[in-house]
Amino acid sequence: MIRDPIRSRPAHLTSIRGPWATAHLPPQGNTVIEPIARQSRAPKPADKLVMVTSVASDSHTWNLVFLQILLEELGFPVVNLGSCTPDDLIVEECRRLRPAVLVVSSVNGHGHIDGRRLIARLRADRELQDLRVVIGGKLDVTGGADPTLSRTLVDAGFDAVFSGDAGPAELQSFLSQLSPKVLANGREDR
Amino acid sequence: MNSSIQLAERRSDTSFGGFVAAAKAAGDLVVQPRMGFSTVEQMRAGLIAVKNAGVRATGTITLDSYTRVGLHGSARRALDNSDNLNGYPLVAHGPVVTRAMLDGVMDETFPIQVRHGAALPGEIFLTLMAAGLDATEGGPVSYCLPYSRTPLHVAVDAWTRACEVLTSRADQGQQPHLESFGGCMLGQLCPPSLLVALSLLEGLFFRQHGLQDISLSYAQQTNLDQDIEAIRALRALADDLLPDVRWHVVLYTYMGVFPRTEEGALTLLEDSARLAVRSGAERLIVKTPAEAHRIPTVAENVRALEIAASAAEAERLLGPAAVGTRPSAVEDSSVYQEARTLVEACLELSPDIGTALRTAFARGYLDVPYCLHPDNANRARSVLDPQGRLEWLQTGSMPIASSYQAGSASQLQAAEFLDMLNFVSNGFDTKALNARPGDRRGEPRRSLTS
Repeated sequence: MIRDPIRSRPAHLTSIRGPWATAHLPPQGNTVIEPIARQSRAPKPADKLVMVTSVASDSHTWNLVFLQILLEELGFPVVNLGSCTPDDLIVEECRRLRPAVLVVSSVNGHGHIDGRRLIARLRADRELQDLRVVIGGKLDVTGGADPTLSRTLVDAGFDAVFSGDAGPAELQSFLSQLSPKVLANGREDR
Repeated sequence: MNSSIQLAERRSDTSFGGFVAAAKAAGDLVVQPRMGFSTVEQMRAGLIAVKNAGVRATGTITLDSYTRVGLHGSARRALDNSDNLNGYPLVAHGPVVTRAMLDGVMDETFPIQVRHGAALPGEIFLTLMAAGLDATEGGPVSYCLPYSRTPLHVAVDAWTRACEVLTSRADQGQQPHLESFGGCMLGQLCPPSLLVALSLLEGLFFRQHGLQDISLSYAQQTNLDQDIEAIRALRALADDLLPDVRWHVVLYTYMGVFPRTEEGALTLLEDSARLAVRSGAERLIVKTPAEAHRIPTVAENVRALEIAASAAEAERLLGPAAVGTRPSAVEDSSVYQEARTLVEACLELSPDIGTALRTAFARGYLDVPYCLHPDNANRARSVLDPQGRLEWLQTGSMPIASSYQAGSASQLQAAEFLDMLNFVSNGFDTKALNARPGDRRGEPRRSLTS
């Protein structure tokens, strides 16, 4: 059962003066891809593990850093994959670390494109088809004016979409509704 | 005989570094925009507008995102489809077209720098040299860690070869100029001592690979006094470490979250010009009030250059009296001490500076706070103290101590972090909104931090 995303009202993951608002706009990332180094430093598969990631085309990082600090403050161990994350890397790390939730954040305006492609990859993977996956940020170039955007992304397979102008409370609310079973291994029968 | 000497002198004046040195001798701050357009016509028109702005400016060709990551076919297709790119696709246009674009624009009165953002800049450097350009920027650390997933050792190798490309025509009279972007890491929240250290280390890397004319960057941060200390430290350390190359300091107007109000944005821009003059920086890369909302137009860029140049001139006329209390010696400042320690700790690791940089990051001796690149330890944390000074909350494995005294908490809270990111924009916007234009028409904008 796909949950109705609108249950948490359409919302940014942070306030409208979020870190990406006008932050220094870096160039796009590089095409040379390697898996995350120093994997020994990453937390071992753990209860409540939340994985934070951007998407392939987005090199912004302050949004990801903010989310990590927020989630750690809420008591979740966090693995942060960083920016310019190729779909392959996200899939591989989700299979390896089995997070309870994958939080996708993008602010370059192309998140709805990259996000739809990514969620199709994740839902096509037998091991990841039940993984809780949410997306938020500035997902298109209209600044949240497109009312159909959230529905489109949920229909594509996201469990919740946070776009518009609400704060961290909405993400917290989503996380607080997860069952202990989901938090333990990232899956439950839906 | 005379004419050949004159010719030689004229030629040396055409170099980017020579232009900046001449401006300094005349007491002028060089101002420079960020500017890049898809088409030859737009790019040429933008450069001409800057050249004719009536200020002592250098030109900028900012490259587009496709070119930065080596997707020149995508850039070509965008040009064929008349899609707007976010910069000038140098490689897709190629050297012949670019040389023609620059004809009659770039000369000894108007040198031009190529700005690109590429972790792997080889093809860009080859093309710009072939087009007759010889000034550019970046660095093996500063264009790798913040914006790419390229492993640091790959970027170091690429920049080693790229430096060789730049210096390959030195015997033909070309005097290439390379600027380190190391003083701008992540745009905000990197403590000044690490910015200074990285700028110097990349400058040393460039020198080791043959560059004789370099600039060292520093991005305006959150506290005017601390920024002045930082640039003084940068200059003092460059005097020690780079005695045998020509160098200058380039200051960047604040690169973090920018004020939303025009008044706030302009005050921040003017503050950066004042900072440049007080600290002795030779060149300033400006931002515009449009920055918070969209990519600025040519006219907005020209206006920002005029405002910055005017603020700098006013500050210069005020003279040394404008400069507040400073430490009696630059060596006494914590920025200087920390930067020196970081540079020395890195240089001890290897005589080859590329190797030293890689090792220093691997061991966490250099550690950029909040930088998520896999080759950055990311154990360091910065924090703003009540005066807005950027301090170390945690220093990880770096050979320096935490400098934050104001509180006991060692863990940042999310709300506090958001406040830090928005500290400058909120401060300047609040100041601007509290001072209605009608109340102070004709008065100079006063700074929040001075």
